[in-house]
Amino acid sequence: MSLFLIVALPFFGALLPGLMYPAGRSACAGVTFTVTLAAFVGLLTNLPSILAGEVVAARVDWMPALGLNFTLMLDGLGFFFALLILGIGLLIIAYARNYLSRNDNMGEFFTYLLLFQGAMVGIVLSDNILLLLIFWELTSLSSFLLIGFWKHLPEGRQGARMALTVTGMGGLSMVAGMLILGQIVGSYDLSVILQNRDLIQADALYVPALLLILLGCFAKSAQFPFHFWLPHAMAAPTPVSAYLHSATMVKAGIFLMARMWPVLSGTPEWFVIVTTAGLITMVLGAVIALFKHDLKALLAFSTVSHLGLITMLLGTGTAFGAMAAVFHILNHATFKAALFMSAGIIDHAAHTRDIRRLGGLRKLMPVTFVIAVLAALSMAGIPLLNGFLSKEMMLEQSYATVLFGLPWLVPALATFGSIFSAAYCFRLIGHVFFGKVRDDYPATPHDPNPGLWLPPAILVVLVVVIGVAPFVIEPFVKLVTTSVLGNAATIPYAHIKIWHGLVPALYMSIIAVFGGLIMLAGFNSALRVWERTPRPEAKVIFDKIIGSTVKLVQAVILPLHNGSFSRYAAIGAVTIFVVGFYAWTTGTVGAPTRAMQAAGPVAIAGWLMLVAATIGMVLLHRNRLLSLILIGIVGLMVSIGFVFFSAPDLAMTQFTVEVVTIILMLLALNFLPKQTPIESTVLRRCRDSAIAIMGGLATFALAYYYLLRDAKDVPISEFHLANSYKGGGGTNVVNVILVDFRGFDTYGEIIVLGIAALLIYALTQTLLNGPVRARLLNREPDQPRSGDTHPMMMVVLTRVIMPVVLMVGFYIFLRGHNEPGGGFIAGLIVSIAVVMQYMASGFVWTSARLRYPYHGVIGAGVLIAGFTGMGSWFFGKPFLTSDFTYVRVPPFEKFELATAALFDLGVFLAVLGAVMLSLESFSRLARRAHMEDSEHPMDIDPSRDDTPDTAKEGV
Amino acid sequence: MELLVASAIGILTAGGLYLVLRLRTFPVILGVSLLTYAVNVFLFASGRLTVGAPPILQDGATTYADPIPQALVLTAIVISFGMTAVVVMISLGAFLGSDDDHVDDQPDATKGELS
Repeated sequence: MSLFLIVALPFFGALLPGLMYPAGRSACAGVTFTVTLAAFVGLLTNLPSILAGEVVAARVDWMPALGLNFTLMLDGLGFFFALLILGIGLLIIAYARNYLSRNDNMGEFFTYLLLFQGAMVGIVLSDNILLLLIFWELTSLSSFLLIGFWKHLPEGRQGARMALTVTGMGGLSMVAGMLILGQIVGSYDLSVILQNRDLIQADALYVPALLLILLGCFAKSAQFPFHFWLPHAMAAPTPVSAYLHSATMVKAGIFLMARMWPVLSGTPEWFVIVTTAGLITMVLGAVIALFKHDLKALLAFSTVSHLGLITMLLGTGTAFGAMAAVFHILNHATFKAALFMSAGIIDHAAHTRDIRRLGGLRKLMPVTFVIAVLAALSMAGIPLLNGFLSKEMMLEQSYATVLFGLPWLVPALATFGSIFSAAYCFRLIGHVFFGKVRDDYPATPHDPNPGLWLPPAILVVLVVVIGVAPFVIEPFVKLVTTSVLGNAATIPYAHIKIWHGLVPALYMSIIAVFGGLIMLAGFNSALRVWERTPRPEAKVIFDKIIGSTVKLVQAVILPLHNGSFSRYAAIGAVTIFVVGFYAWTTGTVGAPTRAMQAAGPVAIAGWLMLVAATIGMVLLHRNRLLSLILIGIVGLMVSIGFVFFSAPDLAMTQFTVEVVTIILMLLALNFLPKQTPIESTVLRRCRDSAIAIMGGLATFALAYYYLLRDAKDVPISEFHLANSYKGGGGTNVVNVILVDFRGFDTYGEIIVLGIAALLIYALTQTLLNGPVRARLLNREPDQPRSGDTHPMMMVVLTRVIMPVVLMVGFYIFLRGHNEPGGGFIAGLIVSIAVVMQYMASGFVWTSARLRYPYHGVIGAGVLIAGFTGMGSWFFGKPFLTSDFTYVRVPPFEKFELATAALFDLGVFLAVLGAVMLSLESFSRLARRAHMEDSEHPMDIDPSRDDTPDTAKEGV
Repeated sequence: MELLVASAIGILTAGGLYLVLRLRTFPVILGVSLLTYAVNVFLFASGRLTVGAPPILQDGATTYADPIPQALVLTAIVISFGMTAVVVMISLGAFLGSDDDHVDDQPDATKGELS
């Protein structure tokens, strides 16, 4: 099966449990199981190639310019991890079906689980480190959802937050490290990076990259000092703990260390950091685990300890260490998942996980007893079980490892950790299963149905088989180890055997087992010592760090970001000014290259009007109607300026937009107060004036500077001028740019415009459905109404003028390609024509004659433009490639047909719909406000029989 | 001529900034509109000022005004209408809901029905 399919299956499958939810719990679990099984089988179809030593690859270029490609690769290591993820996943799904209660939303649970599974498979199959990072973050997110699955539990929420914070921070540092690595090698493809060991290790940035990547790995795999999050994540449902926090996700960090082993390991930095962190984690985890009374907490710290063990083995940088690490990953996944599931069974049956309240379960739960004891003995390192084999290899490796120049340090600590490790395994067996049967369990323990005990039983069978006959698994372990080692080292000659002779590792093992038994015998006194020892509580420290970070951020942000828009605007203006000023003072200014053009009296007159209107607005802005008139003058002068400076298209657009904007403002002002009261202090007005003058001077200086200088390079518009007619078939270059050269931008812009109009519509709906509606209905107009709101003269005039305006719009639209005009302007002109009908004949009359809703017009416009663009796909051209031709239909003159005109039609419709929808929404508010509207176009109509109610309202 | 255009941009910006910093919604909206003019003219002027040479291709003509800033500003004008309309709608909704057209939350103001 294609690698893409293996990765994609869980993601697409994640949709199914939610859909199957109404069909029942078994259906949810069933589809999840099927999806996982399909991916599992798909993975197995690749087994022959893996056994032949090949690397299966699949590749799609996604964003080649960024070096981000969707490349997947399956080698021994990836296969091994994918097998663990999907294989244990199958067992967990079966287990979770029986574990979750009726109150839990199983569809939600399995959706999260599949998302997690997909992300995890993605990590181990990625051949691109950027892609790997995306999957990496996805595992953090999906594990957050799974840990916090029981949303009603505060521990669950806190644990989920803590896990996300720690692994998320680690992920960020990992991003940085990977980017550095990619920069060093010049490629983000893992297969390329893995070939460049010498290049990477010789680079000056090797150490920073190493530190950052290790930080991410350690955070993910709960290595010291990030070990504290994993026990808190145990608030998750037990299937999650068994899956994520023992078998798979916490091994992602380990996986990455193994993946990067060929290029990053072997240096003193790697050796010291990784070995030390692993060693400390191993010992610390084992010691804490012994004194935990919660069964899951004990297992959580033992997981931390075992992850430390694997990390230490990878840290040694030897081929034998790598092989031991690979083997222990497998063994740990089998026995620890089985133990977690057993803990879940006990919790389920006895309603408690507190070891102090348990004991004597051997007789009550014989099946669980066998499963848990075998798994625990394997964890303790008892011969004939798989844990013994890899632990033996670990001890052998530690015997040969010299850290800080002290040959005894590593073996001593490893043995010390193993003593505690054996002790907590024995405690688990002894204090939970042996001892007297009690009569005060919260619930009577009993063996569960096979659905719960079969999955761990299958794992325990593996534990025993590997433990008894290690030669079965040896070729596979060596295969995986080969792909871990890459070119950096050769596979060790050593065999995995139960009996190695009287080697130091054996003595260390014996010390560990007997030491563990002695620890258990003296457990009560050891516990007393432990409880008296003061020790830092990780959660308290974590909460303190978070708390102080939040305080610091608040201290920095709140003064700037206090919710006051005026303050933001002022800070923004000043900041832009300061940055611009800095750029200005540090840059160089060339001499003017353009002569100043002489200004005629017309230009000066226009300028005077514009300046007078602007100053008038500032001084008289308290009178709102007056300032609206003044801004109209400003807009008019700007339009005239555009005409003057050879931009007829702009002038037409500005002019028509000006009309609709003023209408819009008037509609709004109808509701708003007509005066702005004097509120701000003189000081504040001085401050604002200072900011305003500063900003004005800055833009003046900038504009004046560049108006007198030519562009540094030849403007790209040369290209557009040269190709407008040849390539675009139009002589109006501005229009050709809009609908052809930069058609995609225009397409985006009409979509934005449409969204803005829909937003206005939605806001209006919300207002009209809310409490505002009553207020609007009861509102008394604050100004006298006109007695003749729809005068006959105006109605007649607008009716007569309507076809003329439509004709003009049509004409402007058609000639747009070659003369000033086009879809934008035509759309605005036609909307003005329609607005005139609303104004003259009234809302009801016009709406009743409206054939098409404006939403539909916007949609049609966007679709027409979009389909025009897609049309070019049928000719094998990129989106929005235009074409044109000239046709002659007698008796007409030769005329041009261009696909760009079709696109322009889309623009026209979108603009028309957007403008009309906005204005219509506003007037709907207004219509609610006063009396019901007349269905007649004219208040006084001689042709009508009814006598108008002249005393209705008004003056 | 250049001086006129540059100073017009500066004055529009200054007026716009001053109005944006006012306390009620309506002047702020007008201020944003003035800033829009300023920005549009500023962008347009980046094509330098050319009199009497619109970018309509004609036989015999050699100089044209720069069409790119024109195309950019054309869409900017239309989009800014949409944005203005949204802002006006939001401020109108806020006023209708709370009978208060202050831009910032008023600590002492009597709360409206919607708040």
